Amino acid sequence: MNTVFYVSSAVAVVATLMAISRLNAVHALLYLIVSLLAAAVVLFGLGAPFVAALEVIIYAGAIMVLFVFVVMLLNLGPPAAELERRLLTPSAWIGPSLLALILLLELIPVFAASSGSVGGSAVMDASKIGVALFGPYVLAVELSSLLLLAGLVGAYHLGRRTLEEQG
Amino acid sequence: MSPTATSVLVVVGVLFGLFTIASGLIWVERRLLALWQDRYGPNRVGPFGLLQVVADMIKILSKEDWIPPFADKPVFVIAPAILMVVTLLSFAVIPFTPLIQVVDLNIGLLFFLGMSSLSVYSVALAGWSSNNKYALLGSMRAVGQMLSYEVFMGLSLMGVVALAGSFGLREIVEAQKTLWFCVPQCLALVVFFIGGLAETRRIPFDLPEAENELVAGYHVEYSGMKFAMFFLSEYIGITLISALTVTLFFGGWLGPWLPPLVWFLLKTFILIGLFILIRAALPRPRYDQLMSFGWKLMLPLVLLNLLATGGWLLAMR
Repeated sequence: MNTVFYVSSAVAVVATLMAISRLNAVHALLYLIVSLLAAAVVLFGLGAPFVAALEVIIYAGAIMVLFVFVVMLLNLGPPAAELERRLLTPSAWIGPSLLALILLLELIPVFAASSGSVGGSAVMDASKIGVALFGPYVLAVELSSLLLLAGLVGAYHLGRRTLEEQG
Repeated sequence: MSPTATSVLVVVGVLFGLFTIASGLIWVERRLLALWQDRYGPNRVGPFGLLQVVADMIKILSKEDWIPPFADKPVFVIAPAILMVVTLLSFAVIPFTPLIQVVDLNIGLLFFLGMSSLSVYSVALAGWSSNNKYALLGSMRAVGQMLSYEVFMGLSLMGVVALAGSFGLREIVEAQKTLWFCVPQCLALVVFFIGGLAETRRIPFDLPEAENELVAGYHVEYSGMKFAMFFLSEYIGITLISALTVTLFFGGWLGPWLPPLVWFLLKTFILIGLFILIRAALPRPRYDQLMSFGWKLMLPLVLLNLLATGGWLLAMR
């Protein structure tokens, strides 16, 4: 299981780096999708198959499709890539990268101190997650459903047609 | 035989069977369509025109594999492969018989839904990378259609999951020993089958490739082997939806007298025939009709089904 974890984590990290550095928006999105799929494999290896499946269905399969859809509609051509090239100057990325590198270095002693095994202890299947969601976390579930309802009403309001448009 | 050898044999056998069925379906579909539309269909090459498939294969394999100079080359090449891979991967979780199954995942059904949601990318990317307005319009339609119908398809399956108490397809089949789920879940069956038609982009849901307005939609720039991959994926997709409908609603391999595999194939082929009959019988709707049919009829229906199933399960406890 350790090998699966490290290989898919490495894929996720490399894919995310590529997603940041690609100039073409669709290529960047494709790398981001690969990164999400790699994260799903990591979750699967850690003993959370249900969450892994949801990661693929919801993040990779629905949310990212909408991103791709919007980029397709905008149909950014070579001028957009040129703009990206000008935005991504070394002075813009060296600072944040150095700070992130410090955080990464801090993680190394933490990893060295732990047992080194990353395999999940118990498998979390769908029924366990359901019991947890509708047991101790029921308030959070209700609150997030309210938030989604508000989003739905808002989207309906923005998307509705006025009377003169219909006429 | 060692377990590894058995599983390799199962994987190779399933793949071989699938490609045979998918390429055979090209001939079956054309003959059946011809029968229902009062024509002959392909009947010249070999007995009953059976070798038509071979002729088509030779033609498509020897055709120039052309990539338009204005296309985004890497994405253009990878798009048909994505469709092929995810459609074939979905078959990994289907239990053909108690012994023939590639992997018995406890999230089998979710795995299928994940793979079918990934297949949207193939169509979207094919349309975008072709850099052609007809292709782009086709893939925009496809994305809207597939995202919407995936919602009803997923929701319709939850009733089955609630009755069987598992996401694993093997458990779902075994839960149907007394009664096939097509009886208590008849609403879900209808919604799932219509959703499956939309996911495979078959008539009446073939708006993404509507010939009379979009030439061929998202695969208008594809030719040769890459086009063949889209074409074959459609037939593998039909087989997938039929096999899954059989597994979820018609008791999978269950049945008297005949061996399990025969039952499974028999039921699957009846459903494939239904797919072809629908193509022969129905016209194509307008895009707004497609969307309002989905969101205003299918979604309430499937939610009602879920509510009734939940209520029934609660009352029976």
